[in-house]
Amino acid sequence: MKNPYLPLPMRVEKIVIETEDKNIKTFSVKFLNDEDAANFNYLPGQFAQLSVLGEGEAPFGIASSPTEPGELQFTVNKAGVLTTALHNLEEGEIIGVRGPLGNCFPIEALESKDTIIIGGGFAFTTLRSLTNYILYQENRSRFGNVVVIYGARSPGLLLYRDELEKWEVRTDLDLHLTVDRAEEDWQRKVGVVPNIVKEIAPSPENAYAVVCGPPIMIKFTLPVLRDLGFPPERIVLSLEMKMKCGIGMCGRCNIGNQYVCKDGPIFTLAQLNELPSEY
Amino acid sequence: MKELEIAKTEVVSLLNTLIKEYKVFAPVGQNGFITFQEIHSGSEAFLDYINSKKPPKEIFFPQSERLFSYDLSKGEGWSVEEPASEKKQRIIFGIRPCDARSLVLLDNVFDGQLYKDPYYSGKRKNTTIIAIGCNQPSSTCFCTSLGGGPFSQDGSDLILVDIGQKYIVQVVTEKGKKLAKKHNEFKEAEDNSLSLMRDTIETAEALIKSKIEVQKVTEKLDSMFDDPFWDLVSEKCLGCAVCTYLCPTCYCFDITDEVTGQRGERVRTWDSCAFPNFTLQASGVNPRPSSKERLRQRIMHKFNYFVANHGMAACVGCGRCIKECPVNLDIQVVLNSILNR
Ligand SMILES: Cc1cc2nc3c(=O)[nH]c(=O)nc-3n(C[C@H](O)[C@H](O)[C@H](O)COP(=O)(O)OP(=O)(O)OC[C@H]3O[C@@H](n4cnc5c(N)ncnc54)[C@H](O)[C@@H]3O)c2cc1C
Ligand code: SF4
Ligand code: FES
Repeated sequence: MKNPYLPLPMRVEKIVIETEDKNIKTFSVKFLNDEDAANFNYLPGQFAQLSVLGEGEAPFGIASSPTEPGELQFTVNKAGVLTTALHNLEEGEIIGVRGPLGNCFPIEALESKDTIIIGGGFAFTTLRSLTNYILYQENRSRFGNVVVIYGARSPGLLLYRDELEKWEVRTDLDLHLTVDRAEEDWQRKVGVVPNIVKEIAPSPENAYAVVCGPPIMIKFTLPVLRDLGFPPERIVLSLEMKMKCGIGMCGRCNIGNQYVCKDGPIFTLAQLNELPSEY
Repeated sequence: MKELEIAKTEVVSLLNTLIKEYKVFAPVGQNGFITFQEIHSGSEAFLDYINSKKPPKEIFFPQSERLFSYDLSKGEGWSVEEPASEKKQRIIFGIRPCDARSLVLLDNVFDGQLYKDPYYSGKRKNTTIIAIGCNQPSSTCFCTSLGGGPFSQDGSDLILVDIGQKYIVQVVTEKGKKLAKKHNEFKEAEDNSLSLMRDTIETAEALIKSKIEVQKVTEKLDSMFDDPFWDLVSEKCLGCAVCTYLCPTCYCFDITDEVTGQRGERVRTWDSCAFPNFTLQASGVNPRPSSKERLRQRIMHKFNYFVANHGMAACVGCGRCIKECPVNLDIQVVLNSILNR
């Protein structure tokens, strides 16, 4: 019997400081054992528990895409004990990983549809995974148009800036970057994400909207999508709750009878409408 | 299999024989403070009791348990060690039927379809459960409302019925049958003992006066999430979590790392939905900020969510939470108030 509590060792190959406030770093990690790597089969939207022995563990969305084999990526905002311990790591050090945990974005349902990817702040992690999964050469033709609307408070707080620049010049992806506050050399959009969604007004025809961001962004984006005509069945959200076990046992992450760690973290708005509003 | 019987005078010697081969847990203690402990002599077992203060769930799901240990001095390396699994077979002797039944509920969680908890499942597999039915249910017992009863067989391998000078032994599972066959203290039950057994069971069941229509509670709760009821009912709750710690079916836990010098352990510890930090996120958001949401979660989880997920309520009606709540927040009263709304 495989022990679901046991973290597997991974080496930190690369650490990138993502934001100008240095509060967010991306870790590229690689399994020490090939067998563990082969068993770790994930899809965009899933998460994993990262361990620093002696400090504890915490859940993080997998920011890499399974179409980028060899390494996993996690983007970590410094918030407390474990995230600080992660930030203090150096390349070459070993951390523990257990997962993949949770469900994934409804990939099959997205196939042959248009996908509107809407992200805010550092919650863009699993959206990066999803975007790269769709853009992957062998996958791309199975999906329709892809619109990405991604915002942060200021340009320096956008994640994955090198990659965003590459996406910007691609013709098979419609990227809209926005910031709440403009800076001098900022040539793109200015305004909070919900307003930009309203402005771009993506058609709900045969389309899914996938939304990840801070609660305030989600709160104001949902009515915009509703007004545009997106039905709740085609609005997809990723939820965050306090988690410990990640496998539906420790009892703390439920919304109604659904455990966000095991039954989620991805839900459609239609599913959430059936649940108590306790999140 | 037909019922067996065992003379009460033989019980100590049976336990002494079992102790040689098994790790044996039995109720121990006096003055009303009974807990389940490993016993090393049959005479330590205290069988004339109503129920233990702490539920025997800790024999499977300890209050604090090491998940693995590690060595921090190894620098670059990775040395994570799982605890050795218990080789010795174990027996619980004298567990009450409600607590035996709680294990069936816990199996749904720890032995789930998607994930199995190896710590719990390992202990569960190597334990034989010998229950003793309740001739004298307490005034706080309401097991019959929850599909159990003072002689319910759910979760037991053998169950004993006290008929005075001897126990009648009902054989519930193959595991129980094997054990009974091996020990000649168990004899075939005499016919007149069997009619005594039936009388005993009937009398005990009649002693449980409380009857709550739990199925109706479950249905009512479907539409009660936003009911002002929760403000009222939670007013006096102190958030002490006694009700959940002493609940045989509560299973919430925390996971933490504990380090001494270069040795570290990852430990899981009982936690409770009654605590404010239980759901507090690092961002500062807390979906259950006051005792209203927390008490609602406890009741909803037991009588609505768990039913939706596993087809039964997460309560066995043992009454511990009623006995020990410092402010007398009686779950039977709560359930009846729900029915009256
Ligand atoms: C599915 C999922 C995916 C996630 N993905 C990501 C991701 O991709 N990237 C990311 O950065 N984050 C992600 N998170 C959030 C991340 O898991 C948390 O930020 C992380 O758990 C914080 O852990 P910590 O040990 O650093 O913080 P903690 O030390 O646990 O807590 C930090 C904060 O909580 C307060 N606090 C802690 N304990 C107490 C207490 N007892 N009383 C009062 N206050 C207290 C502290 O003051 C501190 O401000 C995700 C979460 C989930 C559930
Ligand atoms: S025992 Fe009583 S006071 Fe304590 S948490 Fe439970 S209901 Fe509240
Ligand atoms: S994190 Fe433990 S049940 Fe979801």
